[in-house]
Amino acid sequence: MEPIIVAQDLVKKYGKLAAVDGVSFTVHRGESFGLLGPNGAGKTTTIRMIYGFSPMTGGDLRVFGLDITRQSRDIKAKIGVCQQENSLDPDLTVRQNLEVFARYFDVPQKEARERTESLLRFIAMEHRRDAKVTSLSGGLMRRLVLARALINDPDLIILDEPTTGLDPQSRHQVWERLEQLKSRGLTILLTTHYMEEASRICDRIVIVDHGKILVEGKPADLIRTHVGKEVIEVAEPDGDLIRWVVEQKLEHENLGHRLIIYSKDGEELFHSITTNYCTGGCDLRLATLEDVFLKLTGRDLRE
Amino acid sequence: MRSVGISIRFLRVWQRNMTVYKKVWKINFLPPILEPLFYLFAFGAGLGALVGTLVYEGTAVSYIGYIAPALIAVNMMYNSFFENTYASFVRMYYQKTFDAMLATPLSIEEIITGEIVWGATKSFIATAIMLVVISFFGIIHFPHVLLLLPLAFVGGLAFSSVGMFFTAIMPSIDSFNLPIFLFITPMFLFSGTFFPLENLPLWAQKAALVFPLTHLVKICRALGLGYMNVSLLYNLLYLVLFFGVFFPISLYGMKKRLIK
Repeated sequence: MEPIIVAQDLVKKYGKLAAVDGVSFTVHRGESFGLLGPNGAGKTTTIRMIYGFSPMTGGDLRVFGLDITRQSRDIKAKIGVCQQENSLDPDLTVRQNLEVFARYFDVPQKEARERTESLLRFIAMEHRRDAKVTSLSGGLMRRLVLARALINDPDLIILDEPTTGLDPQSRHQVWERLEQLKSRGLTILLTTHYMEEASRICDRIVIVDHGKILVEGKPADLIRTHVGKEVIEVAEPDGDLIRWVVEQKLEHENLGHRLIIYSKDGEELFHSITTNYCTGGCDLRLATLEDVFLKLTGRDLRE
Repeated sequence: MRSVGISIRFLRVWQRNMTVYKKVWKINFLPPILEPLFYLFAFGAGLGALVGTLVYEGTAVSYIGYIAPALIAVNMMYNSFFENTYASFVRMYYQKTFDAMLATPLSIEEIITGEIVWGATKSFIATAIMLVVISFFGIIHFPHVLLLLPLAFVGGLAFSSVGMFFTAIMPSIDSFNLPIFLFITPMFLFSGTFFPLENLPLWAQKAALVFPLTHLVKICRALGLGYMNVSLLYNLLYLVLFFGVFFPISLYGMKKRLIK
């Protein structure tokens, strides 16, 4: 498979602090690749280096086979970017936002107009074409940012937390669009801390923390390897249960008011726990990516 | 990262500002139409009645004929300087317009160059409108004053680049009060705009030569009164040099501020 992004040992330092500390990964054509991590893990810094916004401190980075330090303009011409902060142009209308952006990529005027119309259809915003950007809801703004990132017909789209702060309806709207783009074969790189988003959109993910990659793999594989099939959560566990779990050498986390047991064979275990120790507050559920994430990055608050 | 430098692409940034400007051109046209009328009324009818005529470069000129070209020079300064301070700062800091542009093939140098050239363009447009208004009063000399149009652009570049330099270093939009209070206001008053510099003590006359506005006023007044001489080239050269110094400094400052 043709590699679109090859990052080797990326390092970004701000003074003494290494925001990105030796990150390596490869994204192939047509793949959806996710960078997951808590706030401040280095996700945004990593992708900023990829779209040529931040110069690297060290490492080697090739996008479309081109060297980012020397050919960033050619690279940027073929990338669409949705930045985390809203950078829509409030001085312009919805339509003008797309058309003016097209000019930055030297898209001829006639073509820019056609692309604008088709993108407005894609994000279902034709009826708002002459609206002021400032009058749009958060969800509509995000859809417009997505459309704007597609105006240069990119080979790679980079999304920095595309659905953060959106209500569930708007989030699903964005996801649907991303899935459509994916099915058309567009390569997607996204950062998120929504595990549902990562499971749904990404073929492969890395979890980063403190500027380093902790794990890499397909979401389902990561769940199987790091957590298992099922998870049993016990609210207010009593001492006998905890002693038993330790004796049995079951993989678990004791959070005080909550006991979490990871298991490959949850149903049988759940049965014995409920009959012997639990009267209530005991749940069996499927393991999720969130379990992997919390297990690997810890439960401490960030920032 | 090695810089990708400046190409003709900076015009894309200029175009963006022009698109926005055209949307509200009616409002944008008002200040350069009304301002000279206010000033001419205040200084021509009000103050001019007290002053009468004065001697400038050996000839007697009416006070209104004396200050009208200076008002055009001040207008060039205001239009370019304020465009690249407040307006550029809003685009950079609040609207994230530059951040969005940086995710396109545009380089930081092209963005800042486009902004500065746009600032000079605003000085040009405002000067053109003002010339039309003032020409009805018969106090400026045609066709000499038509040279004010290219001059508006050159002077605009000088004030735009120094404005952009301040934008690169100001922590917040309120901080612009400082360069306005310490740089723009003294220039407005002491650049030979409202009274001959010779009325000031010698040290102040010398100090005024540092101000780009002093040189801009000199050229504007000569053209307005309808004469030209070689010494005006030195004034023009000073403006070009001023731009030559502050343009690279503003590029450097902006790069330092935005590229992290």
